[in-house]
Parts: sequence; structure tokens; C-alpha cells
Amino acid sequence: MEPLLKVENLRIELATRDGIAPVIDDLTFSLGQGESISFVGESGCGKSMTALGLMGLLPEKVGRIASGKIIFNGEDLTTASEKRMREIRGNEISMIFQEPMTSLNPVYTIGEQIAEVLRAHQGLGRKAAWNSAIELLDAVRIPNAQRRVSDYPFQMSGGQRQRVMIAMALACEPKILIADEPTTALDVTVQAQIFDLLRDLRSQTSAAIILITHDMGAVAEMAERMIVMYAGRNAEQGPVEQIIDHPRHPYTRGLISCVPHIMAELTPERHELTEVAGIVPSLREFGKNQCLFASRCTDATQQCLDARPPEMEFEHGQRSACWHAKDV
Amino acid sequence: MTEPRNDDVLLDVENLTVRFAVKRGSTFGHKSYLYAVDDISFAIKRGETLAIVGESGSGKTTAALAVARLVEAYQGKVNLDGEDFLQLEDADLRKARAKVQFIFQDPYSSLNPRVRAEKIVREPLESLQTVPAPERQAIVDKLFTAVGLHPEQQRLFPHQFSGGQRQRIGIARALATQPELIICDEPVSALDVAVQAQILNLLRKLQTEFGLTYLFISHDLGVVQHMCDSIAVMYMGKIVEHADRLSLFNNPLHPYTSALLSAVPSVDKKRREATKRILIPGDPPDPLALPKGCRFANRCPAAQPQCEDSQPPLTEVAPGHKVACHLVDEKAVSPL
Repeated sequence: MEPLLKVENLRIELATRDGIAPVIDDLTFSLGQGESISFVGESGCGKSMTALGLMGLLPEKVGRIASGKIIFNGEDLTTASEKRMREIRGNEISMIFQEPMTSLNPVYTIGEQIAEVLRAHQGLGRKAAWNSAIELLDAVRIPNAQRRVSDYPFQMSGGQRQRVMIAMALACEPKILIADEPTTALDVTVQAQIFDLLRDLRSQTSAAIILITHDMGAVAEMAERMIVMYAGRNAEQGPVEQIIDHPRHPYTRGLISCVPHIMAELTPERHELTEVAGIVPSLREFGKNQCLFASRCTDATQQCLDARPPEMEFEHGQRSACWHAKDV
Repeated sequence: MTEPRNDDVLLDVENLTVRFAVKRGSTFGHKSYLYAVDDISFAIKRGETLAIVGESGSGKTTAALAVARLVEAYQGKVNLDGEDFLQLEDADLRKARAKVQFIFQDPYSSLNPRVRAEKIVREPLESLQTVPAPERQAIVDKLFTAVGLHPEQQRLFPHQFSGGQRQRIGIARALATQPELIICDEPVSALDVAVQAQILNLLRKLQTEFGLTYLFISHDLGVVQHMCDSIAVMYMGKIVEHADRLSLFNNPLHPYTSALLSAVPSVDKKRREATKRILIPGDPPDPLALPKGCRFANRCPAAQPQCEDSQPPLTEVAPGHKVACHLVDEKAVSPL
């Protein structure tokens, strides 16, 4: 069966002062209906750019899709008109942003903001849209939705605002929901509530979820497959459990072991954390024909500096772009 | 009443309370107060690390600021190295201030953008006058090496550094006056995961090298279990549980601690299967209208009628394990 979303050899370029930089370089993945996939990596690795590319929201005149295809439901979005993109955006693919504090409009009530989505996309009347807004707030478990619907964003806590964002994103029952670091600004107990909510909504509406995060723990709890991005490229992708048990890319291995995890039973000894030395290369380095991780990699060889590693296939569709993937 | 003082204890905080005056419309002429930190006590031994964890609004940062006298405490004592830090004035205060330094959360806003890195690190030496002027440059040089920066980077401005490097400057600045206590307020939460590890390793290395004592404020329990010897959990201005690292993580007694731990997503499959998520619905109470009883009672899955009647005191239920819950007794069994 044809997957819901198929991204083939996607390349997104940004115009910078130093010339054209490929912020997404040859990215290929697919997403089935109702599936949950996660993008992981440090900031500046192209996770959010991928999301904006899918939504057709790349910064105007600066970013563009240079080559590749985004096939959604049999339709290539890279060639779709702006009018068509407006129909899809918020209706069939919608997005939750990172900052619930700044992504709501402070001068409208939340009811008006949710209703706007329904009126624009589903052609509902004022009254009907308002009533659906109340139902949606109830669905994302905001207590006393009837009354809270006329609240302004400032009257709500961070977790509640993120619920409102989710209600808005789900208003039109999208086929794909993109969540860009939906919980980084929130406390852990609130984060757990938001994850529960997303999981329940996914099983009810069978929407596919793309979760963008830097937290391996969140990935392990939320997603079935993950894509590790590094410097605009796919470093590794495959089933979550398998990658966590046996990463095939040194960057993935670093990302997992550099965070102190709470294990089932805590022991007195504490190992020094594995460091991934250095930082993500600047945009100028992107697109070079070499392994961009080589400068931070402990296992780098001459081969890594000479040519960009191809993706190697392992069992269950795990793919790693590392020359030494077999030995990792 | 003075308790026998353990010589090992560097910082001993007793009954610290911080309150803020808030204006409230109807009570004309009357000030009402928000108790951000409400009667908390804790102690840190020399060379050890105590973490205060809690969610936003729990009072953990305010407590740390009050310990460093960056906000005014309303009541309580902060015994630092045997003297009450809160009572000191002028020259004595300046001398004592050199012993307590702060590392801030956001390395982007805590460095003056118009000042070169070397000046930022030298500034505490100049304002606290702990060493004569000619020796200061040598100290700055030494600190730059200690935190892993290159000497030639001294002439750069903050914007020329990455986030992790900026945090290293912040750490060098905190070390400048050879402090004994360093208060780290969420030192890595603004950094990328891979950079977090670099800073956490650096902090542990410096601790052994200089014999530092840390008061570590964080909401990230993974980081806390890695960095700390003992942990105090705060909720609504109160310490609800205080124990050493192993007891707290392996045998959490307060329902709030359990809920907090169960909410952390984990890569460990065994832990994911073993932990039952403890849901705490609703929001914390209004800090201006606190309930008479336990502040956690309205969200607590184990709450009993008695919990709403009186506030549970923080009591020691096992050696070194204190908890403020009516439902926990000497058997040290979680009510959940």
C-alpha cells in the first residue's frame, strides 16, 4: 500500500550571506497512516526546517525546495499552488509549535482562534464553529470548556495553552499532525499529560504524528520510528527500540549516552557522561562532500573526510549514513 | 536554641521564608503577601551537592536567590561556614560574598554583551577586592584553562561564543573569587543535549579539583540523579521530601515525588514497563489563597480527609530520609 506521506531526496536550500546552503540535504522517508515518527537532533540540524518544508512555510525568498518530492496522498506538494497549499495546511496537515506562550494571538479569545480555523477550512458558520470550539476544548481536557472558551491566552497556564494549540491543530481532523518540540517549555508532569493526550487523540482520530524533539526519552515513549538528523542530513533512521538498543551511527550513540537517564534501579556509581565534543557545524559547512560529523567523531578515518557516506541498510529498515556503520 | 553543629556542614539553612508583597484590589490599605518560600530548612556538607527540584513556581529559584542574598529573606538563618550570612554588613558581607557565587540559567542574557570575556571573569575580583590588582590577570588566565577555553579567547565578546562556551565563561566568573559554595540555577537547561554533557562533566571535574560545594537547582530529574548527593523536592514553597540520592530515586515516599519521577520519559525499556504513571490532575492551588491542610492534597491520588485539616510537618521517617506527608510513618512505605 502506498504510504500517506513519501518524501524523496528532498533538498531545501537557504540563501545566506555566504551563498546557498542546503539545510536539508537528500532526505528520504515515508510515513504511514496513523504512524508516529520522530525527528531527533541538536538545534541547527534541520528538524524544524523539514517540518516547515512539509507545511510549505519556508521563509519567503530565503528558503526554497531545490529538488526532491513530497508526495502526500498521491499529490506532489512541491509543485502544488499556493492556493492548494492553503487548503491542505491546517486542514490535512497541521502543526503545533514549540512556544505555546507566543503562538497564540493575545488579543483574541481562544474560542475565536479555534473557531477561525473551522470557519476558514470547513466553512462553518459563527455559531456552529463556536460550539465545535467548545467540544474541542473538552476533547483536549480543559476543565469547564463552556466557560474557558471565552478566556484570553494570558488567563491560561502554559500547559493549557499548549492544549489549546493542540485543539486548533486537530480542529479539522488532519491526517498528519506535526508537533515541533511541543513540551520543551513545560514542566515534566505537564509534559506527561500532553503526551498522554497526543497518544489518546492519535488512537481516536488515527492521525499520523511527526514529533520533533531532542529528548530520546520522549522519542522512546511516543514514536515507533525515528530519524536522527545531523547537519541537514539523515544520519540514521529505523525502529525506535532497535536504534536505542543498537545505534549504527556514532552521532546517535552520542545523543543517547550524553544524557543522564533515570534507570529502573539507581546504583551508587555514576559514570562520566560521554561527551560529543564540539558543536554542530555552521551552515557554510553544509553540503560538503564528506561526513559532516567527522570533526566530532571519535572513530573518524580518512575515508570520512574524503566522501559523503552512503546510507547502509540493516534489518527492519534501519539505515545509517556512516562509513563504519557495520562496526558501530 | 542551638543545635550541635556538624563541622562538615558548610551551609545550614534554618526556617528560611521569603515573601513578596502583592497588591490586591479589594483589601484597601492592607498588603497581602505571597510566601514564595515558606519555612524551609536544609544543610549541605562541604564538598557535596544538594539539589532542589520542583516545577516552575515551586520556589526553588527564590530559595537559592535568598541563600545568596539576591532577594531579601523575610525570616530565617543562612549559616555559612558558621556565621549567619543574612546578618552581615559592609566589609564582612563583601568577604562572605566571595564565598558564595552563582551560575545562572541563561548564558545568553547573563553576560554583558558590551564587555570582553576576560573582563567578565575579572569583575568579581575587582568588586569584591579579594586579591590585589597585579595578581588578578594570572587568576583569569588560570580560570580560562580550567573551564576549557583558549587564552586567546579572552579578548572576545560574548556574542562570539557558542552557548556552551558562554556557560563556561559564566562558570569561570563564578570561580573567580575562590568560592566555597556555588549555586547553580538550572545551569544546563538552556543548552543543547550534547553540550549539556560537556558542562555537567566540567562541573563535576571542578568540584573535585577545587573542593566545591554545589547547591543545584533543576527541574530535570535525570540531570539531578547524575549530579547530586542529596535532593530536596519542593512544592508550593515547602520542602515535601528530602533524602539522599539512592533513597529518593529508589524509594520515593511523598506522592508528589512519585508523580514527578513517573512523569519522566525514559529510554530504559525496563523502567518504562516497571513504572506506573501517577496522574496528578488539575493545577497547584492559588499561592495567595493556600489551603489550610497539605498543599498537595487537592491533586494527590492518595489523599485522605485528614490531609485537608492540617499541614504535615517534614519528619524524618528513616535515617536521612525526611518527608512531609500525613500518610507516611516510620515504616517508610509510600502511601501509593
